[in-house]
Amino acid sequence: MRYSGLKVITEGLFGNKGWTPAWRDPAPKAEYDVIIIGGGGHGLSTAYYLAKNHGITNVAVLEKGYLGSGNIGRNTTIVRANYFLPGNSEFYSHSMKLWEGLEADLNYNVMHSQRGLINLFHSDGQRDAFVRRGNAMINQGDDAILLDRDGVREHLPYLDFDNTRFPIYGGLLHPRGGSARHDAVAWGYARGADQRGVDLIQNCEVTGIDIENGVVRGVQTTRGAIRAKKVGIVVAGRSSQVAAMAGMRLPIESHILQAFVTEGLKPVINHVISFGMGHFYISQSDKGGLVFGGDLDFYASYAARGNLPMVEHVMEAGMTLMPMIGRAKVLRSWGGIMDMSPDGSPVIDKTHVDGLFIDCGWNYGGFKAVPASGWCMAHLMATGEPHEVARKFRLDRFATGHLLDEEGTGSQHNLH
Amino acid sequence: MRLTCPLCGERDRREFYYCGAEDYLHRPAEGAPLAEWDNYLHLRDNPAGVTKDLWYHEAGCSQWLMVTRNTVTHEISAVELVAERKA
Repeated sequence: MRYSGLKVITEGLFGNKGWTPAWRDPAPKAEYDVIIIGGGGHGLSTAYYLAKNHGITNVAVLEKGYLGSGNIGRNTTIVRANYFLPGNSEFYSHSMKLWEGLEADLNYNVMHSQRGLINLFHSDGQRDAFVRRGNAMINQGDDAILLDRDGVREHLPYLDFDNTRFPIYGGLLHPRGGSARHDAVAWGYARGADQRGVDLIQNCEVTGIDIENGVVRGVQTTRGAIRAKKVGIVVAGRSSQVAAMAGMRLPIESHILQAFVTEGLKPVINHVISFGMGHFYISQSDKGGLVFGGDLDFYASYAARGNLPMVEHVMEAGMTLMPMIGRAKVLRSWGGIMDMSPDGSPVIDKTHVDGLFIDCGWNYGGFKAVPASGWCMAHLMATGEPHEVARKFRLDRFATGHLLDEEGTGSQHNLH
Repeated sequence: MRLTCPLCGERDRREFYYCGAEDYLHRPAEGAPLAEWDNYLHLRDNPAGVTKDLWYHEAGCSQWLMVTRNTVTHEISAVELVAERKA
């Protein structure tokens, strides 16, 4: 079924009786050409692009819970292409271009809103760093505008510009940055993959990976064994557990990142604002809630909930930056399981097992990468060669020293 | 989260700096092959369950602590001084 404005109107006139489920609920077949482990954003987009770009439709996505039940349904929905390093820059630029055509491509409203992202700076040195970053973004073909203090004030008059510790010197505006409806991204890719013949199999946990003579043969699941010629591991925070089934030890530590949302308010924040010095960022959802977050809790955890010190820190940073939000009531907070890599950049690569591929290490920035990650993982699995914009996301780069350390803090687990 | 430091008693999480998995205690010998250094510096078991990791009591006794805790429940079962651990 194709969605359209006309369809919404006609269904509305006739009691909304004509809608059909957005995807099937098939039982697993005995064998597939490709199995994707993980029915989150990255797994679903991988399946979608395998079918759409490469004509590989005998594909199953195996999800242990329900589709989109992981980080794709729990993030703060920011979409941006403001990376600096060669390797990251072209990848996120590619992702941004895919975002810009995503709704037409998927025939699904993902509520992608290019409302502009502003990164604030608070010193001359930081301004220099942001000029450099902005130039890198422009060189990549994306957009960046350096705002001085008055320029920021025009966009964000409600900030505390004269904060003693972090007076606002200006900001780097990334006009094409913004946000999207996170669940809808998962649902749109799921529907698109299903329409092209991909089997989306929920409540199907992978319990083992079958390998014979160094070649992958399939997987064991809670719904029986399934054979496959190729298998992709796309499971974010659970990457270490699934990769261990293939005898691998990954450069990943899973950490908590908390996020918060307030009660619904009238429109007050039009942009995505990032206050890096305070470890705070905020935007307002279309429903009206202020969506904001900060840094990791900084210890390995799978609990999907955080601790109070970071809650306090994030609230303090928010109040420091924009005292006006002090009367808003926080509705809920939650924590996601982040697959943190030592250098803060991801992995899309083959493994030591023939036919087994892995896409992981998205740290706290996986949402914006969903389209390009799926695009590049599908390319890798279909052709056996890395896509040109993801060729530096190698699994062995920590051993070889070809790091992608965007923050420049060092290749160590507790530093990103 | 609160950790019970063997020297200082039960203290707030904010007094501690988290270093990471106890792998950092198993430093390869000088001249060890690169793969061993990669394993030591970067590769982790990253268990969903009981783990041992290193915490530094920064705002207390300045001791390194080995904490045995569950990454799923956040339950802490043991805190030992790294300096006194039995290899």
